[in-house]
Amino acid sequence: MCEAMEKNLNCDETDLAIIRHTQSGLPLCEEPYRAVGQSLDIDPEVVMLRINQMLERGIIRRIAVVPNHFALGYVSNGMAVWDVADEHIDRTGKIIGSLDFVSHCYQRIRHLPDWPYNLFAMVHGKDRESTDGKISMITELLGDYSRGCAVLYSKRILKKTGLRI
Amino acid sequence: MILRENRPVDELDRQIINVLQGGFPVCEHPFAAAAEQFNIDAISLITHIETLLEQGLLTRFGPLFNLEKLGGVYSLAAMKVPADVFENTAAVVNSFPEVAHNYERDHEFNMWFVLAADSGERLEQVIDEIEKSTGIHVYNMPRVREYFVELKFHV
Repeated sequence: MCEAMEKNLNCDETDLAIIRHTQSGLPLCEEPYRAVGQSLDIDPEVVMLRINQMLERGIIRRIAVVPNHFALGYVSNGMAVWDVADEHIDRTGKIIGSLDFVSHCYQRIRHLPDWPYNLFAMVHGKDRESTDGKISMITELLGDYSRGCAVLYSKRILKKTGLRI
Repeated sequence: MILRENRPVDELDRQIINVLQGGFPVCEHPFAAAAEQFNIDAISLITHIETLLEQGLLTRFGPLFNLEKLGGVYSLAAMKVPADVFENTAAVVNSFPEVAHNYERDHEFNMWFVLAADSGERLEQVIDEIEKSTGIHVYNMPRVREYFVELKFHV
């Protein structure tokens, strides 16, 4: 998120303060929500209430540990794309999105004739061979629903600032 | 399973990583509450998470935000950039604060970036400006539907 976006946010100053204070992590102490409250001069009950509300609103997906997939050996990821008839995209998208090695599964708009693909999925594996194998498996799973497939491996990160506020 | 050459992960680490990817409680003593299922105490859970973070096996611990819910317009865009102007094009694209991520990929469509702007108009404007300064078409591929955006690793 860029600075220019701050003026139109769907949250108030208290939420924003909590987001800013915890986006790099929750304090590692026995009462982390109290610690957040103390730093921000907000009652810990309010911190917990706001966090619960943000969970309900989907602003917080969940509170959790995030494994380093590189350290865990998942060093290969390919952006796989398929051309699926619009009438079948919801069913197939849900199936592919439920696979445990798939993240970021979306339907996106096509640009015919240059770019016929409308189903996007990031597929993760321990090496290129295993990622390729998983992508082939998905293509097989799609069967006749897939009218075409491409895999785009990343060669280089050109910019990575992430969404932060 | 060996996660790093010198770092065998024990059963407790494994359980912590697998279970706490799914969620962590919001209450006065959340570490104590979460530690129960591992038959350890709060301090010991804190120490384990600290160690996993220090060793780089975890990248984060805390709320995972979906900042898109706070507002704004997002998209993924791609370009077919000739090799001889690739670096210059990357510099132009990256110069916009609205460009959050940019990746080179091994395909005819070789530059892929995520755009985040405070309005649809601004997003269009950024795309126009990139096209004007590079002379290369930008394929805007906003999402139509989201099927899944998380990844869970079983270790």
